[in-house]
Amino acid sequence: MSTIKLTVNGKAVSVEVEDRTLLVHLLRETLNLTGTHVGCDTSQCGACVVHIDGQAVKSCTVLAGQAAGANVTTIEGISKGDELHPMQAAFRDNHGLQCGYCTPGMIMSSIDIVNRHGGKLDEETVRHELEGNICRCTGYHNIVKSVLDAAGRMKVAQAAE
Amino acid sequence: MYETTYHRPSSVDEAAALFSKGSDSKYLAGGHTLLPVMKQRLASPSDVIDLGRIKELVGIDVSGDALTIKAATTYFDILQSAEAKKTIPAIVHLTSVLGDPQVRYRGTIGGSVANNDPAADFPAAVLALGATIKTNKRTIAGDGFFKGLFSTALEDGEIITAISFPIPAKAGYSKMRHPASRFALTGVFVAQTKAGEVRVAATGASQNGVMRVPVIEAALKANWSAGALDNVTIPTDGLLADIHGSSAYRANLIKVMAQRAVAAAG
Amino acid sequence: MGVEGIGASVVRKEDRRFITGRGRYVDDIKLVGLTHAHFVRSPHAHAKIKSIDIAAAEKMPGVVGVLTGQQIVDDKVGNLICGWAITSKDGTGMKMGAWPAMAPEIVRFAGQAVAVVIAETKNQARDAAEAVVVNYEELPVASDIRAAIKEGAPQLHPEAPGNVIYDWTIGEEAATDAAFKAAANVVSLDITNNRLVPNAMEPRAAIAEYNDAEEHFTLYTTSQNPHVARLVLSAFYNIAQEHKLRVVAPDVGGGFGSKIFIYPEEMVALWASKKVNRPVKWTGDRSEAFLTDAHGRDHLTKAEMAFDKDNKITGLRVKTYANLGAYMSLFSSSVPTYLYATLLSGQYNIPNIFAEVISVYTNTTPVDAYRGAGRPEASFVVERLMETAARQLKVDPAELRRKNFITTFPHQTPVIMAYDVGDFGASLDSAMKAIDYAGFPARKAKAKTEGKLRGIGISCYIEACGIAPSKAVGSLGAGVGLWESAEVRVNPVGTIEILTGSHSHGQGHETTFAQLVAGRLGIPISQVSIVHGDTDKVQFGMGTYGSRSAAVGMSAIFKAMEKVEAKAKKIAAHQLEASEADIVIENGEFKVTGTDKSIALPMVALAAYTAHNLPDGMEPGLKEGAFYDPTNFTFPAGAYICEIEVDSGTGKTSFVNFVAADDFGTLINPMIVEGQVHGGLAQGIGQALLEGAVYDGTGQLMTASFMDYTMPRADDLPSFKLSHTTTLCPGNPLGVKGCGEAGAIGASAAVINAITDAIGNNKLEMPATPDRVWHAIHG
Repeated sequence: MSTIKLTVNGKAVSVEVEDRTLLVHLLRETLNLTGTHVGCDTSQCGACVVHIDGQAVKSCTVLAGQAAGANVTTIEGISKGDELHPMQAAFRDNHGLQCGYCTPGMIMSSIDIVNRHGGKLDEETVRHELEGNICRCTGYHNIVKSVLDAAGRMKVAQAAE
Repeated sequence: MYETTYHRPSSVDEAAALFSKGSDSKYLAGGHTLLPVMKQRLASPSDVIDLGRIKELVGIDVSGDALTIKAATTYFDILQSAEAKKTIPAIVHLTSVLGDPQVRYRGTIGGSVANNDPAADFPAAVLALGATIKTNKRTIAGDGFFKGLFSTALEDGEIITAISFPIPAKAGYSKMRHPASRFALTGVFVAQTKAGEVRVAATGASQNGVMRVPVIEAALKANWSAGALDNVTIPTDGLLADIHGSSAYRANLIKVMAQRAVAAAG
Repeated sequence: MGVEGIGASVVRKEDRRFITGRGRYVDDIKLVGLTHAHFVRSPHAHAKIKSIDIAAAEKMPGVVGVLTGQQIVDDKVGNLICGWAITSKDGTGMKMGAWPAMAPEIVRFAGQAVAVVIAETKNQARDAAEAVVVNYEELPVASDIRAAIKEGAPQLHPEAPGNVIYDWTIGEEAATDAAFKAAANVVSLDITNNRLVPNAMEPRAAIAEYNDAEEHFTLYTTSQNPHVARLVLSAFYNIAQEHKLRVVAPDVGGGFGSKIFIYPEEMVALWASKKVNRPVKWTGDRSEAFLTDAHGRDHLTKAEMAFDKDNKITGLRVKTYANLGAYMSLFSSSVPTYLYATLLSGQYNIPNIFAEVISVYTNTTPVDAYRGAGRPEASFVVERLMETAARQLKVDPAELRRKNFITTFPHQTPVIMAYDVGDFGASLDSAMKAIDYAGFPARKAKAKTEGKLRGIGISCYIEACGIAPSKAVGSLGAGVGLWESAEVRVNPVGTIEILTGSHSHGQGHETTFAQLVAGRLGIPISQVSIVHGDTDKVQFGMGTYGSRSAAVGMSAIFKAMEKVEAKAKKIAAHQLEASEADIVIENGEFKVTGTDKSIALPMVALAAYTAHNLPDGMEPGLKEGAFYDPTNFTFPAGAYICEIEVDSGTGKTSFVNFVAADDFGTLINPMIVEGQVHGGLAQGIGQALLEGAVYDGTGQLMTASFMDYTMPRADDLPSFKLSHTTTLCPGNPLGVKGCGEAGAIGASAAVINAITDAIGNNKLEMPATPDRVWHAIHG
């Protein structure tokens, strides 16, 4: 057992967990942040994607100890009160989700894609960048549409700030 | 996974000392190779030594005729590196088609090379460019480093600190992705050294892991062009065959990927 | 508020919880005193259990109980059943082998559970499961159809000699043979319909809680049909009487058929929760999903089509072997029979059809309905034959189809189905226009000059949805009726709750069902809530599968709404002192037509519940229920065309264009309909290009993770161009046909037709991996 201190969604937390604990289990089971999901056991589906220090990573492939001292953001931490993050709004408005299970990981990965590419996104780039996230419902058509839409919204939001 | 003890040393020496204390220690860099295996309970290290936060293991430099990438440098950092883009763009391209964006944030060049997965991309670059592997104990030539599937010249507890790639005259990488895992079904790295030597390495194709491809090297030595390979035949002996590709298909891919790598190298 | 009624692409009400991480899936639920289950599974595909030693496991830290297959048999928990009886051509019933929830003596597929460990934590349960020592004696294995039916094959079940479950036929054999004798041309094909793993992104999970004071169980489970689960668990598995068992299916992360069935893990969780008297949770991981979720497809077929000298089809003859795996899953028997062979007429006028289907046991994971269930297999047979025929007869594939389309309705096929309505030519026209079919030869020629192999492929599919009516399916062997129920509760303040037996696990019912109600009453959808997925809240219902929720589920709501509106009009007329016949409902108000008198819905509702001033003899309250049993199946149909390019160096296929023209009747929410089509197309394309479950000769699944089983990813697929043509379904009050499975049914033949066109070789099996395509090009 080890004590791990980290920041999750802006709040400092300190938890005692077994060293074998994965970050995703710390989030889901210890912190009750069940928006982050587990969809595979081979680090491929991306349902578990969260941000560590601003980078999209698969929380099923990070030991809790590796995240010690880090700033972790989950799907629960991206909206400002009632105001959705532009990526969340774009997924809703473009029907970028169906069953919702892959959605938190998709949104967290997509925010990272836009952060890295800014406004220079096209369909082909988005499809390539979504390689680490699997969806079984949407055929990706509306997810791609959502990301492109959000890229525009995020640019506007940044310009406004 | 089984219970283990996690350590986060801050220096290479501390890491090596921790390693020797554990009954069955393993190093972890990005974790994207070791943790999936541990999750499947196929590995049960007593101690996991995290190299990811050791500052002396991170960085990219160009000095003289070599591009040196320190072992715990992530793929993401390689993609961002102006030095890498300028000196060996083929390495940047290889990195961009490796894994997925989340893996590229965490995965490290040292982890990939030390693990020597038979379908990993970086071993092909190491072998084709004639890189040298620097460890906390010595320097190992790339030609003698890979010893078959998941096996290398590294001794127990030895830590790769950096990989030094001689800057070639020309280099290119072309990869046919495994449709499911996105590893290399076959990837070929071609290089022409500044001295005029041609070195070609293929990954994903052989039963023994990454390998040089002498017939292609000979053809390209005579004539550095994709067309020079039109009539080359790659023997199927020793090539992998599975549900995603027969050995004949992989033999074809070695040739076709080599042609595309040459075209990309210019 | 017509903007939110039928036909409006309103954004989904349910989305907010999913995009903010507030969805509530089974694994998200925690109960006080929760324990965790981990199953001990057989590593062998066929073996005798000689002994199980649980002593060491019982002593492991945190272990609450270790339970075995023999104990579940001793406790008289029932065997798993198949609920659709199929009769062989010789008049004998299907041969169903016993399937205990955990194997007491023989295991018949790799991954079958033999014991379960219950512990305080998930890790402790898994640690202890490894300490259970099972001594197996391996038996010979039949890992595919060919191995199962050959002379001297290993026998799986004593009940099924030769591993044959049934040998069933449909259609007129003699007349069909005669048509072939008289044919001017005959086209034939051998077809493998590849085995698929559904892979809903949420793995299956169950939490069972037993209250010993009440002798009552609660099961939270990943189900598409919680009421059917309760019925089966109660009536056949002896877990509890129905009123002592509550089944809840909360948010469910995709189903695609795989969550229709009642699996051993849910049964064991319930049984174990009473044994250890603690709540028990089991959450499958992806590896378990690959080994235990019912797989789909897996047919071997020989098909022949006869043509007269004018290229009119005169006959179709099909012989199919279907692999049902090691045990008969809940609806497995119906999939290759009544859901497959009845669709073999496709969109065509075929006077004579005869099909024989032989279903067999193999040492593999059970096979059952997966998105489309039988209809993709039928559509693939018919559309591959049509394409092959066009090439053999040297006619344009679109024209050959058009020449043979059914154009008058209703149309009785030789294989039970009576198509009610359709316009197949309109869909084909729409798709051909969208892809510029006429311009294809020039594009192909241009691609050739660039060294590229370009191809185009058509698929004109038809399917049957909203399986019904109950009387008819009963006569065909179904163990259940296939109606749906609905209850409309108008609350005293005028808000509305709709209770439905349908279950939404991605389909968006919370929005579309609300649109129906909102549109009828002229109120915003925010005033309407949809309640589903809980047997304590909703009376009996049949769940969601087979694209039935709009055609059957919404029609039940429609019927209940008619009753509610009729009563509300009576109350409004009484309050307004007007004649009931003069009351119309507009914008949430009950108006006296031709006057300015009106009363708002909340006031009518309030009047109903205060009951101070109701018409004489009227019961208080405003709540009505309905059961709706359709008069026929519905028949969505359409035309898909794709244009692809093959890289001859690698065999890799890439999409140039993919167009889909569908006729779903009325579209409730076009945005959601299109989303359903996108997802279906991805699964159809996945089958054609990427996905395939492969077993080795010893019965080990070679594709047991996402590392080897190719799931479609964003960069494998194109954006789709969709269009709709419309003929209204006459069989239900809404004119809807269903849209959930169409893409998966129609897409695969279009893709294979296009690739075989590009490479000039018609012999190509699914999935058409780069390796296979390269071999097909280069021999």
